[in-house]
Amino acid sequence: MTLQTSQLESLEPTPVESDESSTKAVAGLSPSRLALRRFRRDRLSMVAFVVVASYVVLALLAPILVKIGFIDPFKFHQNLLDANLGGIPKGKFGGVSGSHLLGVEPGTGRDVLARMWYGVTFSLTIALAATLVSSVLGVVLGIIAGFRGGLIDATIGRVIDLTLSFPQTLMLLALSTVFVLAIQNALNVNVNLANGIYEVLVLGLFGWPTVARLIRGQVLSIREREFIDAAVLLGASQRRIYFKEILPNLWAPILVSFTLTMPAYVSTEAALSFLNVGIKPPTPTLGNILDGSINYAQSDFLFFFFPALLIAIIVVSFNLLGDGIRDALDPKSDR
Amino acid sequence: MSHAEPTPAAESAPGEQSSAAEEIIPDPGHVFEAHGQSEADFSAKPILTVDNLKMYFPVKSAGIIRRTIGHVQAVDGVSFEVRKGDSLGLVGESGCGKSTTGRLITRLYKPTAGSIAFEGTDISGYGSRQLLPLRRDIQMIFQDPATSLNPRHTVGSIIGAPLRIHQVVPSDKVLPRVQELLEVVGLNPEHYNRYPHEFSGGQRQRIGIARALTLQPKLLVADEPVSALDVSIQAQVINLLQDLQNEFGIAFLFIAHDLAVVRHFCPEVAVMYLGKIVEIADRDTIYGAPHHPYTQALLSAVPDVRQASIGGRRERIRLEGDVPSPINPPSGCRFRTRCPIARDICARVEPPLMQVGKRHKVACHFAGELGQHPATPVTTGVLGVDDEGHDVAGAQRRSDLLDHPGYQDTWLDLKTGQPVGS
Repeated sequence: MTLQTSQLESLEPTPVESDESSTKAVAGLSPSRLALRRFRRDRLSMVAFVVVASYVVLALLAPILVKIGFIDPFKFHQNLLDANLGGIPKGKFGGVSGSHLLGVEPGTGRDVLARMWYGVTFSLTIALAATLVSSVLGVVLGIIAGFRGGLIDATIGRVIDLTLSFPQTLMLLALSTVFVLAIQNALNVNVNLANGIYEVLVLGLFGWPTVARLIRGQVLSIREREFIDAAVLLGASQRRIYFKEILPNLWAPILVSFTLTMPAYVSTEAALSFLNVGIKPPTPTLGNILDGSINYAQSDFLFFFFPALLIAIIVVSFNLLGDGIRDALDPKSDR
Repeated sequence: MSHAEPTPAAESAPGEQSSAAEEIIPDPGHVFEAHGQSEADFSAKPILTVDNLKMYFPVKSAGIIRRTIGHVQAVDGVSFEVRKGDSLGLVGESGCGKSTTGRLITRLYKPTAGSIAFEGTDISGYGSRQLLPLRRDIQMIFQDPATSLNPRHTVGSIIGAPLRIHQVVPSDKVLPRVQELLEVVGLNPEHYNRYPHEFSGGQRQRIGIARALTLQPKLLVADEPVSALDVSIQAQVINLLQDLQNEFGIAFLFIAHDLAVVRHFCPEVAVMYLGKIVEIADRDTIYGAPHHPYTQALLSAVPDVRQASIGGRRERIRLEGDVPSPINPPSGCRFRTRCPIARDICARVEPPLMQVGKRHKVACHFAGELGQHPATPVTTGVLGVDDEGHDVAGAQRRSDLLDHPGYQDTWLDLKTGQPVGS
């Protein structure tokens, strides 16, 4: 059979390819808008998002509520404790009552709900600050290593190896007294703030290598794509290439690593409290509340249970949120 | 084949918009005329002269101390000219150095040796600051429209980027200009705020073309601009490029491996093999009377619809073996390991790219039409060697017949072995 002339004609240019929608307002959906749409359709992620968001709101509210006296995490209620049993709260369930919804602390009689509420603020602040430090360091060094390559890449790579092979827990323990004192003197702050800064710095300075590796890998693949060549050909400056061409393509991995690092640091903070590093009571953090409750795990189980449950919920919901964001940003990834 | 009726894009062009930048909007009636083969103007002045261009990529050893253990000779002594408003096709199989040549000319790579003269100035050693003004004149169309557009930018910001970088128009004039360019390449100008993923492959390539046109370049390096597209879309994009060339007088270096596309688009064609140009000639000579055995083999591999329809089948020249490694290319002629007519001289002496016709250069000791290759080497006279490739005492290399990037008025007549003039 021979091709009809009309069929050949149809291969000729049709300059405007498909547009019936030109009458409507034409607005493009950016990749992030598409991701947001996918995220909204994912019910589990939305639940995780609501839980995380409410934690954040509660954490933001806590200092205000403490200031106006609505909750008081520092007031002792010795009258609610049974001195004969060694300071265990009177009544059932660790002293749960109308005025103390989750009971009171054994030994001191401070309100458990108030301490946990205020503790979330400190825990999340530490986790957020540490995540910010590690993410910023990791992203900057990762982009430089990936895009520059050569000697710079090799040097950053070796620093990453060195940092990852460093026994950080030992260092946290061994150097904590020295460094906390140094921070105290250098910044002229009180011991608890110095403890917090020390914790953030150590977590951040040891956390960046994983982020840097992730970002470096992404940059290596983006660098080879032709739109970078196109930008070079147009005469774009290095700064423009870094910030306008590469960085917008990195928001997805940055966001995912951010939401997955946060919960890791919340639980690390709790773990470090056992090792006596970090913010100490009376300032509450979820870690030091849990640390203090271990001794009462048998006699006052609920005092141990509530902070442990809270940490678990935070970690799980943050992780689910991170997974959801990853799925939304990369539809090809399998669950 | 004519396409006389006004196109929807042209119809919707508001008159007052075109006044802002008349030079960029082609006359609608003009654009989609007949798309015949473009003709060469060999009298035009060269806009680009490439002389003995080399690009060696170092090969590093594994391990901590990465020594250079060799070089990939991606491009090894390539010379050619591109004339104003003309287009030179660069063909060859994968890995022969076509794309590297393109990237050297746009100066994405810095050449190892050789010169790239753009409008008479050698740009091969320029740094990024010196190159900046030249970026407006030399632009590139990329192979894969899926990766050549940043997925996080709108089409408007992609096409507008060159205007912002070079500050050619005030920032409030960027959008109208972008819309004009979208119209020029046959896209809906209302789509400036869409993202690349919302377009088809052919539309994306049009966006890439619009970006390359933004600065009104004099030379466009098209690196396999249609090989990632469907065949029907290929025709549209090629015709678009042809219209743009006619309209704006842009010179093209057209890199492709599709011989049919090159035949349609390029009045002059260069064939590359393993980093070298083996034959360069005007279209009729390359396709009608190729003299190099590699060009002949390449052309015999092209399916011919007309021949297939009458049931006939052309003799296909099969090349044995693989392309040798460009890290360690064969001595003498690089094609000799696969050449059906190779002799001793081919291993000893490298055949120079020698002019054998008015618009024809070939690099072969036994250059001749298929089946009529001479029995004795044709290059011995100009190289000063005997038939076996050994030096002859007192004989000189005739550099007046060799070593010119363009065409000379005298050339070596293959039948007589003597230089002749036009």
